Amino acid sequence: MENQQTIVINGNRFNFTTGDTILEVALQNNIKIPTLCHLKGATPTGTCRVCVVEIAGQSELMTACDTRAAENMTVLTESTRVVESRRQTLHAMLSKGNHNCAVRAAHEESWTAYQLKVHQEDNSPELCPAWGDCRLQDLAYHYQVSGGGYTNVNALYPMEMANPFIIRDFSRCILCGRCVKACNEIQVNLAINFGYQGDAAKIIAKDDKPLKDSDCVFCGECMQVCPVGALVPKDARFDRPWEDEKVRSTCSYCGVGCQLDFHVKDNRIVKISGAEDAPPNYGSLCVKGRFGFNFVSSPDRLTTPLIKENGKFREATWDEALDLTAKRFSEIKEKHGADTIGVLTSARISNEDNYAAMKFTRAVLKTNNIDHCARL
Amino acid sequence: MTNTIGDIEDADVILVTGSNTTENHPVLSSHVKRAVKFKKAKMIVVDPRQIKLTGFADHWLRPNLGTDVAWINGLMHVIIAENLYDKTFVESRTTDFEAMKAVVQKFTPDYVEGITGIPARQMIDAARLYAGAKAGAILYCMGITQHTTGTDNVKSLANLAMLCGNLGVSGGGVNPLRGQNNVQGACDMGGLPNVYTGYQKVTDEAVRKKMEDAWGVTGLSDKIGLTVTKMVPMAHEGEIKAMYIIGENPLVSDPDLNHAEKSFSHLDFLVVQDIFMTETAQLADVILPSVCFAEKDGTFSNTERRVQRVRKAVDGPGAAWDDWRITCEIAKRMGYDMAYKNAGEIFEEIRRVTPSYAGISYTRIDSIGLHWPCPTEDHPGTPILHTSQFTHGKGVFHAIEFIPPAEHTDDEYPLYLTTGRVLYHYHTGTMTRRTDGLNELAPESFVEIAAQDAEKFGIPDESLINVASRRGTITVRVKISDMAVAGTVFIPFHYAEAAANKLTNAALDPVSNIPEYKVCAVKLSKVA
Repeated sequence: MENQQTIVINGNRFNFTTGDTILEVALQNNIKIPTLCHLKGATPTGTCRVCVVEIAGQSELMTACDTRAAENMTVLTESTRVVESRRQTLHAMLSKGNHNCAVRAAHEESWTAYQLKVHQEDNSPELCPAWGDCRLQDLAYHYQVSGGGYTNVNALYPMEMANPFIIRDFSRCILCGRCVKACNEIQVNLAINFGYQGDAAKIIAKDDKPLKDSDCVFCGECMQVCPVGALVPKDARFDRPWEDEKVRSTCSYCGVGCQLDFHVKDNRIVKISGAEDAPPNYGSLCVKGRFGFNFVSSPDRLTTPLIKENGKFREATWDEALDLTAKRFSEIKEKHGADTIGVLTSARISNEDNYAAMKFTRAVLKTNNIDHCARL
Repeated sequence: MTNTIGDIEDADVILVTGSNTTENHPVLSSHVKRAVKFKKAKMIVVDPRQIKLTGFADHWLRPNLGTDVAWINGLMHVIIAENLYDKTFVESRTTDFEAMKAVVQKFTPDYVEGITGIPARQMIDAARLYAGAKAGAILYCMGITQHTTGTDNVKSLANLAMLCGNLGVSGGGVNPLRGQNNVQGACDMGGLPNVYTGYQKVTDEAVRKKMEDAWGVTGLSDKIGLTVTKMVPMAHEGEIKAMYIIGENPLVSDPDLNHAEKSFSHLDFLVVQDIFMTETAQLADVILPSVCFAEKDGTFSNTERRVQRVRKAVDGPGAAWDDWRITCEIAKRMGYDMAYKNAGEIFEEIRRVTPSYAGISYTRIDSIGLHWPCPTEDHPGTPILHTSQFTHGKGVFHAIEFIPPAEHTDDEYPLYLTTGRVLYHYHTGTMTRRTDGLNELAPESFVEIAAQDAEKFGIPDESLINVASRRGTITVRVKISDMAVAGTVFIPFHYAEAAANKLTNAALDPVSNIPEYKVCAVKLSKVA
């Protein structure tokens, strides 16, 4: 083909289209380049430098996520220099925060003191909330990096617990900016951004307010994309993914029909996350869809049929309640005619439930008096 | 929706009206905001409140409540007068253009300004912008439909889209945003007084015969049934004797609640099937406990007509059953066998009797849902409607006159009230008000009022106040807000203890029977 441009990655030649980044070309050809700050659907930042690659003829290593492929460019994704650079990057990240998992420094003598300090700051004897579900941990393991060698500095900013849903743990934040991208470019809520300079850098809401006093609407997108333990759900802080069963379903609030995953443990919903691989929401949810599920296990749920006698409800068996219902409907239909009975089906229940209600109304009651609250 | 949610990002002009999208359809609103911020789409918001989307919009047009037909006719007047309409589309795909044109003739920008309060200049700019779009999307919600002229409003928006050839193209369309997870599905399944599944009419003899054969019954009624807004007053008059209410809470969601409550208490027999002891269930003779969405298998159909799977994650509480199973057990006891092993068997029956669902199966939608119409197993589904022709051939322009809302302010009731939802709660609050965190963020009802009105009536921010209409009184907290425009207040309807629907007007749209929740007259007074 004319004008077909090619790039050489790890000795193999690949086609690319103008505008493609090195990362995109690599992904298309099943070459793994590790990333941390990169977020699908958002513009690249090149902040974390985990995706650096070596380009022939260039003295500096370049970030694959925001460097465009060029004709005849020759790229190495796992050269000695690249690996050394990634190790240094990961080491620096691990050394600065409360990354109390096995990769942090398990072999060091200072581990116990460090661990105790973190437990105190966490007010919990657990390992990091993201342990076992952490991109930084995965990469550290992959590149065999541990976090020793730095003096432990105390976290500059205290943990923020002052909202019902999201814990902001600045001691574990690696400032990759995925949350900032998710908030500004995916959900476009424009609530958080980078603040302060140098070592004081922090992700801030408004002019450094708690989330609840900012423009945050608690969609939780930031939490879902956080690659470490810096943003975790308050109600499922130490939830370990391998203990949960994931069940794909559809949200039950508005008509958008977001696809979600229930995380279930011991017959209880522990948390809900957005399904990243499915339309229409591709991982996004709103505050109701992500956090508004407590009603499912509410003690107020109806658990048994009830029959009203002398103005008061009493518990009944299914047979009693169903027999009474069938008997009364039959009597009223017989005496006053089918059209004196009305059925309200529901915009909240499934298609299958609605079909059954519709068929019952028309085929059994023999009336078309059926409607639901679409108008209300 | 005629188009898909993802499609919004292909629009170059988006007109949003009667939809507080960021609070009611937050995830969909992200598509709108992304289109504007990153894909250079222009946006026109027409809304009586200064909702968050106005901050992203190029134009915010602020109409007086209940004047939608006037501004839509006004836009069309400008577009026709300036010859900006899509003549090819109008000629090849539509009829009755001349009749519509004759009516909009008098809706000059100045005339419309007099009715709507929208400055003529803004109207002209918005008309030019929408007409100039290659693909212009219209998004609307209950702010358009919940009026005595709701049907006229919807038809007017369809007129506008047809006039500019914005149907059948990616990024275009007329897109109602459905407010409930499965309101589309409830309609698709024939949960309406005039149609079976897939909008097959009960008055069509061939359809009735088909359903009779499929169900093994005879004597299906050919008489169009009653809408909910007719059933309730007829219950009051004793003409409706019994009701079977499944998963609905009309005692908070109905208009003019004081009247609705009396109506339900007049019934000889009321069965309520629900997951909670709702305000409506309290009035029931029998309550049947059902499982909720996380405890059942099945499907929902979303606002873009996409049929998606629902899967059981946890067991239901106590003796609660699937809704369909309860209904089938009542049927069986009335002498008709409705026996299904599971939801999947019901879906298979739905496919057999519903042409638009015939090609959809649980297997096909296992990971990603399909848009109906999907007539056969090898059909890819229909993301965009009306691409080459309308369902009934040509698109019909409707000539629509402006009719004012049913109720107006006067000396005694000097403020307009409009109602809606807030981000943190859902409908009558039976679900969201059982999540502590959501209550913490939105604990109680409020009346949103402009600073000028608060000053005029001498009302301090955050004080409790009585709000009264000609039908009832509630007590709510004052919230002075930039979202309110002087002369109009807003109250959310989630809170049963301060139910906004004690105030709202039960006046109905004559065609759809939808109540005019979005306009009534109120007064404020100090709490005694």
